[in-house]
Amino acid sequence: MVFATTRNATPLPIAAIPVMEVGGFRRDVLAAIDAGGRLLLLTGLPGNGGETRLLAGIADDARGEVAVCSTVVANAYPALTPDCPAAHHFEREIAEQYGIHPEGHPWLKPVRFPPGGPTIGDAEFFSVAGSEIHEVAVGPVHAGVIEPGHFRFNCHGERVIHLEISLGYQHRGVERALRGGPDRRSVHLAETAAGDTTAGHAAAYCQLLEGLADRECSPRANALRAAAIELERIANHIGDLGALAGDVGFLPAASYCGRLRGDVLNLTAELCGSRLGRGWIRPGGVAHDIGPDQLRDLNKGLSEAERDMRNAVDLLWKSSSLRARFENTGVLHSEAAAELGMVGPPARASGIDRDVRRDFPEALYRDRRPSISLGENGDVFARALQRWREIEHSVAFLIEVLDDPGSGPAVSAIPALVPNALVLSLIEGWRGEIVHLAETDATGRFSHYKIVDPSFRNWFALAYAMRGQPIMDFPLCNKSFNLSYCGHDL
Amino acid sequence: MFKTLLARARQGYRTAAYPTQEPVLPALFRGRPELDPTKCAEGCRECVDACPTGALRVTEAGLELDTGRCIFCEACVSACPEGAITFTRDWRLASSRRDGLTVTGDERPKVDALGRELRRLLGRSLRLRQVSAGGCNGCEVEANALGNVVFDGSRFGIEFVASPRHADGILVTGPVTTNMKEALLMTYEAVAEPKLVIAAGACAISGGLYRGHAEACDGVEGLLPVDLYVPGCPPHPITILDGLLRLLGRI
Repeated sequence: MVFATTRNATPLPIAAIPVMEVGGFRRDVLAAIDAGGRLLLLTGLPGNGGETRLLAGIADDARGEVAVCSTVVANAYPALTPDCPAAHHFEREIAEQYGIHPEGHPWLKPVRFPPGGPTIGDAEFFSVAGSEIHEVAVGPVHAGVIEPGHFRFNCHGERVIHLEISLGYQHRGVERALRGGPDRRSVHLAETAAGDTTAGHAAAYCQLLEGLADRECSPRANALRAAAIELERIANHIGDLGALAGDVGFLPAASYCGRLRGDVLNLTAELCGSRLGRGWIRPGGVAHDIGPDQLRDLNKGLSEAERDMRNAVDLLWKSSSLRARFENTGVLHSEAAAELGMVGPPARASGIDRDVRRDFPEALYRDRRPSISLGENGDVFARALQRWREIEHSVAFLIEVLDDPGSGPAVSAIPALVPNALVLSLIEGWRGEIVHLAETDATGRFSHYKIVDPSFRNWFALAYAMRGQPIMDFPLCNKSFNLSYCGHDL
Repeated sequence: MFKTLLARARQGYRTAAYPTQEPVLPALFRGRPELDPTKCAEGCRECVDACPTGALRVTEAGLELDTGRCIFCEACVSACPEGAITFTRDWRLASSRRDGLTVTGDERPKVDALGRELRRLLGRSLRLRQVSAGGCNGCEVEANALGNVVFDGSRFGIEFVASPRHADGILVTGPVTTNMKEALLMTYEAVAEPKLVIAAGACAISGGLYRGHAEACDGVEGLLPVDLYVPGCPPHPITILDGLLRLLGRI
C-alpha cells in the first residue's frame, strides 16, 4: 500500500502524495479501511490540466495519523460506496462538483443543487411503493425558527419506512470564496461556515493557516481558543437539552435551559464582545486576551451556570414520562454508526469512541483536555445524556484552564504559507469532527479549500435512526442530532 | 412535582427589564459605529481596503459606513491609523429606511412607528413567520432568543408562528440563496395583507459576507418591500427587540 502520512495541521508537499491508478487506489483505500482505518474524507481536487484528482484521507485514530493517497480520474471510476458506506455522501458530492460518475454508487442524488445544475427540489426522490404507503413532505420552510431543508417521509400508517433528506437551500458558495485566499474575508467565511459553530470553524481555519506557516500559538492563546470551543459546546449542548425537553412538552426544563444557553453565550460575549464568539479566534492566536478580573468573573459565571444547569437537567432525568419518550426512540446501534462514519456526540452516544480532542489533539488539547465519555444505547436518551456528560467535562476542563491559562502573547504574526502543500486541520466542534483541507499553489495561496462539517456525515444517520419510528417522533429524533443545514450546504 | 416547583424557585425570575431599563451589555460589545471624518488623512483608504464586506467608502462628502453591510468585525478600527472609527456600545441599530443605515458621523438610525390604522389592526400582538434564506444560522440563533425567558418577546405580543397564514409579516435572515428565493417569495405571498417585512442581519439587508456570490441574491433588496432593517452579524437579540418595539410604537 502506498500512502503518504500526515498529522493534524501538518503540511504535506503535494509532490509527496502518491498518485495511483484508479484500480489500485480503490483497492488500497478499501484495504486500509478493512484494516481498521476510518474514511476521514474523499474529495475531488481540480488538476492543472483540467483533469480531476480524487484524494482519500484515512484516519488512524489510535495513532493520530492520516494516510493520504490520490488518483486521477476522467469521467467515471468504480465507486467505493458499495464496499464502504461512509463514502456515500462524499461520492455524491464528487459527482455533483466535478461531473464524475462513481460507477456502481447505489443511490446518486444531488447534494446542494449548485448553480448550473438541476433546480432545487427537482430530483428523483427515493420512494417506497405500495397501495398503503403514503408520503409526507415537509419544508424547505419549517414550523419554527429553523434553517431550510426538505424532508420526505415514506410511511406505512404512522410508521416511517424511510426518510429522504434533501438539502442545499443554504448553499451560498463558501468553499469557492475561500479559494485564492487567505484574504480579508477568509476568517469571516470560516466563522460563518456554521454560525453556531463560530469558534470551532474559526479554530479549524486558523490552525490550518498556522500549520501551513509552521507557527504555533502561545500556550495562552491555545488555552483561550480551547475555552472558546468549550464554551460553545456548553452553550449549544444545554440549548439542545432544553429543545429536547420542549419537544416532549416539559416546559420548565425547556425554559431554564433556554435561559442558561443565553447565559453561557453571554460569558463568551464578555470575553470577545460577541455572543457567538465572532472576532475572537484569529490567525496567530486570539484577538482578545483575558484580564484577571475577566478570569474571576468567568469562573464565577461558569460555576453559577453549572449549578443551575445541573438543577434544570436533574428535572429531565427524574421525570419518568420524559424518560419514557426518550428511551428506545431513534435507536442507532454502534455497527450502523461506525459503518456510516458518524462523528460527534451522536456517534459517542452509540458507543463509538471517537473524539478529535484526544485522537488528534494538536497544540490545543495536547497537554490537557476534557474527559471523554461514551454512551451505549444510541437512543434519544443516550444522545441527551451524552450532551450533559460533555457539559460536565467541559466545565471541569474550563475551570482547570482558567486556573492556569498559560503565558505568551495573545496573538503573533503569521509568516508566508508553504507553497505547493496540502494540509488537513481537525477540530472537535460541539457537533463533532470538523475537517478543513487546503492546497496551496506556488505562491502560497489557497488553490483549493474544502470544509467537512460534522453534519455532512451525520445527516444520513438521522434518516437511518428514523427507520421504523412513528412519524411523531421525528422532531425529537431531529433535535437529538441537531445537525447543521448551513454547515452541510456551505 | 415538588422538585419541579423547588427548581422553579431556584431558577428565579430572569426576564430583562427592557425597555424600562437599559440592557446589560458586555464591555466589548460592538454596537452603533461613529465616524470622525475630521481625523481622516487626505487620500487615506486603509479602512476601505480592510473591510471584508465593502461597508466603507470614501465619497466627495467624506467617509461613509453602511451598517447594512457591516459585520461589526472592527477590521477598520484596527486598520485606521488616526482612530477615526469607533464602535459604541449603543445597541439601537434598526432603521425603517435603507439609507438610514448610512453613518457619516455620530447620527442615530430612526425607526418610524407603523401608522395608527395598522397598529390598530395588529392590536397588542405581532406574529411573525421567520424565513431563513441562506446564511449561517447566526441570526436565527439570536431571533430564537427572543422567545426565551430573558428577552421574552411574548410580553409584547411578539411571537414566531408556524404558518405564514397566521403571521402579520415575515422576518427574513440570510442573503436569499438562489435555492431559497422561490420558497421565500411563496412564504411572503402566503401572508395575508397588510403584511410586514423585517430584514435581520447584514446578509438579509445586503448579502453581507456573500454579497456578489452567484449562489445568492444580495439579500431581500429588490425582492420584497422592507419595513424594518436590523443590522448586525448577527444582531444582538436586544437590537432585534428594540427595532420591533420601535416599529410598534412601544418605545
